[in-house]
Amino acid sequence: MEKFISVTLDLAKGFGTTLEIFALTLLFAFPLGLLISFGSMSKFKPLRWLVKTFVWIIRGTPLMLQLIIIYYGPGLIFEWDLLPRFTAVMVAFVINYSCYFSEIYRGGIESISRGQYEAGQVLGMTKPQIFFKVILLQVVKKIVPPMSNEIITLVKDTSLARIIAVYEIIWNAQSYIKLEGLIWPLFYTGAFYLLFSGILTLLFGFIEKKMNYFRG
Amino acid sequence: MAILEVKNIRKSFGKNDILKGIDFSLEKGEVLSIIGSSGSGKTTLLRCLNFLEFAETGTISVNGEIIYDGEANAYLSDSQIREKRLHFGLVFQSFNLFPQYNVLKNITLAPSLMKRDTPEAIEKMARELIHRVGLHDRIYNYPCELSGGQQQRVAIARALALNPDILCFDEPTSALDPELTGEVLKVIKELKDTGCTMIVVTHEMEFAKNVSDKVIFMADGIIEEMGDSKQIFENPESEKTRSFLSKSLEK
Repeated sequence: MEKFISVTLDLAKGFGTTLEIFALTLLFAFPLGLLISFGSMSKFKPLRWLVKTFVWIIRGTPLMLQLIIIYYGPGLIFEWDLLPRFTAVMVAFVINYSCYFSEIYRGGIESISRGQYEAGQVLGMTKPQIFFKVILLQVVKKIVPPMSNEIITLVKDTSLARIIAVYEIIWNAQSYIKLEGLIWPLFYTGAFYLLFSGILTLLFGFIEKKMNYFRG
Repeated sequence: MAILEVKNIRKSFGKNDILKGIDFSLEKGEVLSIIGSSGSGKTTLLRCLNFLEFAETGTISVNGEIIYDGEANAYLSDSQIREKRLHFGLVFQSFNLFPQYNVLKNITLAPSLMKRDTPEAIEKMARELIHRVGLHDRIYNYPCELSGGQQQRVAIARALALNPDILCFDEPTSALDPELTGEVLKVIKELKDTGCTMIVVTHEMEFAKNVSDKVIFMADGIIEEMGDSKQIFENPESEKTRSFLSKSLEK
């Protein structure tokens, strides 16, 4: 029992890092994704193609590979100092998730009918007013389901950070195998993930319900 | 003096000439119906007046002042376009209400953003408009809770809230069930009685005949025939007009 408590506390500490990666990724990837989605919808062709190619590369390669490249790449190619491990993780996660989010945003924005923009225009609204006062909330409603899917994937993807030795929950659990020959802490991590994704599922259900008052 | 004068409006999309030189004028308080088959350019004409499309040539004058000149105005800034648009209001075929706002907020949103008046005065004006279109018991409802006819009446109130010189309707009843068209047409008719200048693109021949002062029949991007409604419907000169009317009135 004592062992169980100490393992729980230790794993909780690792899960703190997991949550940190999770929260910081969302914090940066939400706005950056919107920026990228504007780029991929730009009327300026070279920019659009540049952004689309970038999104293709990021979505078309494994996040694990991106982590390794961002951590070891600069040192191997340019002989620069290595980034701090945690920074490298954040860079990789933010870029990767911004690209996924940008596609979700794009889908949401493009699904809004032209009539909504035109209605704003003939009412003399400015472009930013149309976007923020008319379009945005409708987009948010549209993207909650795909976004919640992606966010729950992020919870589990954080475990990839262990590939460059960032001490998140899986790393912590694995150290019990190496040091004490205990396998059950690794299985036990599943409970942490399940608990957290359960909370998120409830939260997204609540948000969806909140926005049920209109049909967009 | 004419409230609206349109001269030589031309518009093409790629190689398709949609409008091939449109001229007409409208007096204050008049109601103009534009009829014609699909693809004749009626809607494009209306969209040019509201600057959702930009005519390549031609001028649009309101109250004697040229507000648009196709040759000279190629590079209007956004804010200039917005200012010019406000001479016109537009009611869409598909209503295009803002789904996340209730009836009241749909109407007050644009005037509030423009800070046209105090919030209290804007709300008071909106309530009066809602009353005028007969929806005083629907003030706090959301668009999805309203019938198509009710939505279109809200859209009319929303357009009126900006007090346009000329209110345009793009087939305002085409998306409605037949039993709902009446309530929308009734509102338009009542607006006429209050002296509102209107341009209505419509397939409702009865409405065009009975409510409008002037009728334009468009075919293939030109005005085939124009005149007062009585003359157009009872004594059309053009062969095309006659065949269109006989087909439309058969229905």
